Amino acid sequence: MRIELERRAAHSKLFSVLSPFIALGLTLIAGVIMFTALGLNPINALYSFFIEPLTEIWSVHELIIKATPLVLIAVGLSVCFSSNNWNIGAEGQLVMGAVAGSILPIMYPELTGWWVLILILLMGMAGGAAWAAIPAFFKNRFGANEILTSLMLVYVAQLFLDWLVRGRWRNPEGYNFPESRTFTDWQTLPEIFPSSGPAHYGAVLALIVVFIAWFMMGKTLKGFQVKVIGQAPRAGRFAGFSAKKMTMVAFLISGALAGLAGISEITGVIKQLQPTISPGYGFAAIIVAFLGRLNPLGVLAAGLILALSYLGGEAAQISLGISDKVGRVFQGVLLFFVLASDTLIHYKIKFIRSTKRSAQT
Amino acid sequence: MLMTEAILLTIFTAATPLMIAALGELVTERSGVLNLGVEGMMIMGAVSGFAVAQLTGSAYLGALGGIAAGALFSLLFAFLTLTLVANQVATGLALTILGLGLSGLIGEGFVGQPGVKMFPIVIPFLSELPLVGKLLFSQDAIFYFSIALLIAINWFLFKTRAGLTLRSVGDNHKSAHSLGIDVIKIRYLAVMFGGACSGLAGAHLALVYVPQWVEGMSAGRGWIALALVVFASWRPFRILVGAYLFGAVTIAQLHIQAIDINSLTFLPSWLFYLAELIKAIPSQFLSSLPYIATIVVLVIISRNRRLTLINTPASLGKGFVPDR
Repeated sequence: MRIELERRAAHSKLFSVLSPFIALGLTLIAGVIMFTALGLNPINALYSFFIEPLTEIWSVHELIIKATPLVLIAVGLSVCFSSNNWNIGAEGQLVMGAVAGSILPIMYPELTGWWVLILILLMGMAGGAAWAAIPAFFKNRFGANEILTSLMLVYVAQLFLDWLVRGRWRNPEGYNFPESRTFTDWQTLPEIFPSSGPAHYGAVLALIVVFIAWFMMGKTLKGFQVKVIGQAPRAGRFAGFSAKKMTMVAFLISGALAGLAGISEITGVIKQLQPTISPGYGFAAIIVAFLGRLNPLGVLAAGLILALSYLGGEAAQISLGISDKVGRVFQGVLLFFVLASDTLIHYKIKFIRSTKRSAQT
Repeated sequence: MLMTEAILLTIFTAATPLMIAALGELVTERSGVLNLGVEGMMIMGAVSGFAVAQLTGSAYLGALGGIAAGALFSLLFAFLTLTLVANQVATGLALTILGLGLSGLIGEGFVGQPGVKMFPIVIPFLSELPLVGKLLFSQDAIFYFSIALLIAINWFLFKTRAGLTLRSVGDNHKSAHSLGIDVIKIRYLAVMFGGACSGLAGAHLALVYVPQWVEGMSAGRGWIALALVVFASWRPFRILVGAYLFGAVTIAQLHIQAIDINSLTFLPSWLFYLAELIKAIPSQFLSSLPYIATIVVLVIISRNRRLTLINTPASLGKGFVPDR
């Protein structure tokens, strides 16, 4: 059997809505196969992986906490990817945002006032944006491949954070643990519903960001420029849009949002700096961006689904005794199916029985 | 003298996986396909190589297992990007994400187990040559293979008809197609070759370099291999140079971290002070050197646009749907 593609005259509206759902369905089928192979009852396993975490109020809080950084980063990445710029170093920008935002709480812990937290968040965004500006500058000025440079900077950022918390920024009263001092109440994001669980105002920030990005991409000239430069660079040049400026803007936006994700994670969840502050949110956000079809509202839904895969991994570890790495595998499989299903938007897929080529017409 | 020899030997060990993975990716890219999944294929090769060696007790079967795993895993990428014309950049990333997750799951039972080490093959007479003998002629089989691979790929790409066909597919898939060349088939083969090489490179990590399974043990080497292809401007022999340069950077920073400053008192005082200064650099900065070096090298190479443009396969990263 052979597979042939036939280009559609116009892209299919139906499949551009349907394709993420097809991908999710296929991922569930792959899950059934995987759990059966691991010797588990697949229905039970899928239940404790994807449904159980939603049945209790505290785990819904956990879901929101995990979705917050994913959505923040993925919104930035979808702007970046739409303009055909490949920032895959969001993990590093997240780390540098956390570091830059922690300057005030660690070096001036005595500061109080409502403005302290705002300044901390802004510095976090600046840190992420500055780190993202490096690959954008190298791409514009020297033509260096941004995929590789942005990725290499992830390792550099992680090692830099490691050095800080083991050295200069180590908590003087911390019994030599590699941790910074803990942040005071003025320096942390408050909880939204303190009586029911720990979800913090970072989630509200994420919602605001989603709305702004949806407005910018759908309703403004800037959003139009992003899409033109991404899909038809030649047309963009004729219209006088600068691709270089766009590269820098796209990286700054996605870097700032990754930085915000990092500092909201620090001020809202961890409340101090540690050698490792993210379970790979920066990479999982790439999946979120594609699953959300590079659309801010889609990203919001996709962020919740990916957050569920993190939670499900932890839940499955406890209730089924299987490795929490199953969650990581699910994420990878999901991205594959998303990319495969997107083919349906532009092409009709034909299965041809015989191996002989059909008569030419 | 013994010390220098030991250091040089470790450079060879660090450079070999980089070189093999980069050579494989070079062939893939010469056919016009950009596979960013090297890191994922490498780690799958590492875990499979380790597992097969554990189960069979043979490091050589382990290496074969790594090759098979890399090639099979790359088929996923090939199917998506060649048959379904999915975006190559995104699919490559997907391959890396899936590979890192899947290898962690497969390898969970192997964490902390002592591995099967591939022992060096000492070639009689040649290995007794002064200076180079020990370095070049008492290495593991994968090292010898990497040198043979380099020569073979260079010969294949630039001296054979099949190599010319492969390059023509990478430079202009439309013309190649209109000449009756099966573009998709050639690209499938090139992607699988790249996958096999990445798998072998991973197996080398788990059988020679570390002899253990550690989660995420490829540690960015797949990405460095990708950068090496750009550094080499798609020329095999320049990959040799690049891989050994990076091997040297990796090993140099490791040795600086391990060195005991008190053992250097025999040095002249100014050299001793210099050594003290270098020792004062925090270990994290030394560990980030290979990554920073990659960025610096990419910037320097890319500055010369004409040089890169001449050698870059013109269809690199572009999807192809044959019209029928």
